Amino acid sequence: MALQEKARIMDEDAIRRALSRIAHEIAERNLDVDNLVFIGIRRRGVPLAERLAAEIQRIEQKKPPVGVLDITLYRDDLTTKHDTPMVHKTDVPFTVAGKDVILVDDVLYTGRTARAALDAVIDLGRPRTIQLAVLVDRGHRELPIRADYVGKNVPTSQREVIEVRLAEVDGVNEVWIVEKTD
Amino acid sequence: MSEHTLARKDILGLRGMSREEITLILDTAASMLEIVDRDIKKVPTLRGKSVLTLFYEPSTRTRSSFELAAKYLSADTLSISTQTSSVQKGETLLDTARNIEVMGVDTVVIRHSASGASHFLARHLKAHVINAGDGMNEHPTQGLLDMFTIRTHLGRLEGLRVLIVGDILHSRVARSNIWGLLTMGARVAVAGPATLLPPRVAELGVDVYTDLDLALRHADVVNVLRLQLERQKKGLFASAREYNEFWGLTPERLRASQPDLLVLHPGPMNRGVEITSEVADGPQAVILEQVKNGVAVRMAILYLLMGGGE
Amino acid sequence: MSERLLIRGGTVIDPAHGYHGPGDVLVDNGVIAAVGVNLDADGAKVIDAGGFIVAPGFVDMHVHLREPGEEYKEDIASGTRAAAAGGFTSVVCMANTRPPIDTEGLVRFVLERVRQTGVVNVFPVAAITRGLEGKELTEAGSLRAAGAVALSDDGHPVADAELMRAAVQYAAMFGLPVIDHCQDSSLSADGVMHQGYWSTVLGLRGQPGEAEALQVARDVMLARMTGAHIHIAHVSSRHSVELIRRAKEEGLNITAEVTPHHLVLTDAIVNDMGYDTNTKTNPPVREEADRRALREALRDGVIDAVATDHAPHQQDDKLVEYEYAAPGIVGLETAIGLLSTELVEPGWLDWGRLVAAMSWAPARLLGLRRGTLGVGEMADITIIDPAYRWVVDPQRFYSKSRNTPFAGRSLVGRAHMTIVAGHVVMQEGKVLE
Repeated sequence: MALQEKARIMDEDAIRRALSRIAHEIAERNLDVDNLVFIGIRRRGVPLAERLAAEIQRIEQKKPPVGVLDITLYRDDLTTKHDTPMVHKTDVPFTVAGKDVILVDDVLYTGRTARAALDAVIDLGRPRTIQLAVLVDRGHRELPIRADYVGKNVPTSQREVIEVRLAEVDGVNEVWIVEKTD
Repeated sequence: MSEHTLARKDILGLRGMSREEITLILDTAASMLEIVDRDIKKVPTLRGKSVLTLFYEPSTRTRSSFELAAKYLSADTLSISTQTSSVQKGETLLDTARNIEVMGVDTVVIRHSASGASHFLARHLKAHVINAGDGMNEHPTQGLLDMFTIRTHLGRLEGLRVLIVGDILHSRVARSNIWGLLTMGARVAVAGPATLLPPRVAELGVDVYTDLDLALRHADVVNVLRLQLERQKKGLFASAREYNEFWGLTPERLRASQPDLLVLHPGPMNRGVEITSEVADGPQAVILEQVKNGVAVRMAILYLLMGGGE
Repeated sequence: MSERLLIRGGTVIDPAHGYHGPGDVLVDNGVIAAVGVNLDADGAKVIDAGGFIVAPGFVDMHVHLREPGEEYKEDIASGTRAAAAGGFTSVVCMANTRPPIDTEGLVRFVLERVRQTGVVNVFPVAAITRGLEGKELTEAGSLRAAGAVALSDDGHPVADAELMRAAVQYAAMFGLPVIDHCQDSSLSADGVMHQGYWSTVLGLRGQPGEAEALQVARDVMLARMTGAHIHIAHVSSRHSVELIRRAKEEGLNITAEVTPHHLVLTDAIVNDMGYDTNTKTNPPVREEADRRALREALRDGVIDAVATDHAPHQQDDKLVEYEYAAPGIVGLETAIGLLSTELVEPGWLDWGRLVAAMSWAPARLLGLRRGTLGVGEMADITIIDPAYRWVVDPQRFYSKSRNTPFAGRSLVGRAHMTIVAGHVVMQEGKVLE
């Protein structure tokens, strides 16, 4: 199976504007900024969380802490895969108990990653709220999960894949729709 | 198979295990250690899997460590401990294991006094087999947790000079350390009375000393083995007092060694024989840390063996 | 047995007469009638031996037939069929049965069972000491009269030097050699394999070759003291070889045997086969230097004979932890193939020397009238197909036991036909009765 680039749906500017808008929405909805914490889901949720926290700092002159979540051990598909995915370290160097947690990921699709992330966060303590921020929502949910903050809604077919490329990981900032070709 | 998968059904020893596999286990253990430090020490990964600890020799520490590791990953555990050998008991090891396997155990952790017992079991069971110490052969999870502890403190294994002191002849801990450390590019030396060094041990690729003071001069890390005091009856050393005088890790010896020499001991310790309390409880000893790291290493192995599907 | 057989067109090897060349062998009424070229069939049944080696019937001087007492492992019926399948016309059975063969009555029992159920000749060895306990001597004279051909406590080293001195002196009066399982048990301790590099790697307790040599040295001195004949069973160590070599140079009455597995394997096999208990034997297979010394000693005649130490065990004795497993492997049905493949083919030995070590030499040192193609002698004949290619399949053994480390091994050469007293008992791998 190969992947073929089909269309670029966000460029660097579009990503920046989307994140800025999300940051403002977060700030509006969470008046107690001191209680905000950001947790990025490995891998591309992590730089997105950093960027959102930086935006919040610009708006509120205060930077919320950012943690890193590895959800490998919470996945529900381990026994259907032949490979054991590499377990990376979860690094949340602050307490989540009583906090307003902004969980950040690049793409929301079936909802299974978000479900695993919810379990993982709850195992770290009991937050006051957990809110979900994603850069792209591509639909096709398999679980009753929705995002609180969405950069862009993109209708897709099941054959398509959303590729988010971020400077911290990939060297560029853009979002592509690519298609599986057999 | 991806690079993130152990290409093996069983963990029987570190001999023959590749550098990539060992690195994968140690890296995974580093991630697992974070879970051990949590308030809620439980992740759902191995929910519905079962782990049997089958111990033919007493060992509270290793068995507890495996059971906690399994529980932190949400696996069910079952424990069978028996001091009698299968021969005395009347049921063979194979019969015992087969009976348990049909009950649906996914992984058998075995401790046994006979070298090769885990290999024997692995050959006849479909379940994963983890060697928790077989006779004088290997104790791979101890070797891994020792390497993990060293790597945590010194940042690497490659090029380090690691000295193992004591009863090398009868020690599965020594063998697993030797194989693992050599694979990872460390330089390994052994020291002890000649009667407790295995024949032709130098051919394993280690430096051999009977003079501990000389050996310590060249060490970045020293791993002090437990001395089985009953070996004295077989004439393998003369007395605990003399052993301590020539092969015990004392404050004087520590002072004469590298200032940041790292001190390990697999436990349980004979204080005042192979190691004095001042050293064991001192700032250079990482003995309790080894115990904690052991849980993380065993979690890593359980995850890597059972985490994928089949 | 009035049938006449003409074995025609083979290569005849008769070490007793120093003959090695093309020839025919005529058998009449169970004895050798003539050996020569272009013999006239004259109504005899003709066996075409073109491309084959025609040898005196092979004698395995070290076999455990397990009867009486452990018939679930082997008995005289199955053991002698395994012997026939492997090309042996005679086997010498060891005394460590249950009960041990330590009385006249038990010797007679074994011989009676052989008459009833055996298909090859069986010569019993009786115990040196009662119950193999290493304490009181057995009645050597009566045992000899009943049919014992030697004394041995095989499986149990006779540790007491004074008792051993008495035993060899006493047995010598009756013309009985004493076969010793040499092992100083204090030095061999509880070793379950050879002490060396691999025992260190595998963490198995090793027994050093010196533990064997120590007792060989004692036996050499006892042979010198008494003039009695002592035969060293299953030599495994190069140190023992050296002592035997010097004893022979001195003219002492010391003889020795070696097994195919000690000639073929080294201790690396325990690692290669992952602690498989079919690699466990006593004495253990040793390292390359020992194997080489054994091969040279066999070639040079320092070691007189090849004997298999055929030691059948069932699965329940072998499917256990290495240190609990019973030592020993079956050997009768793999001996010729292994030695042909591993020693003759690579040039360590020629067929002449191998045939001698498996027929004439063991027969002579035990005083048996076998192992020769002399006219008028018993027509025990082994015909070997040296080019036959086969794969060891223990499921096809005639032995009741399958404990061999050689399963699946590709071999060249096997016994084509086994003839006992002029009677064909095995042909092309099939035992005929």
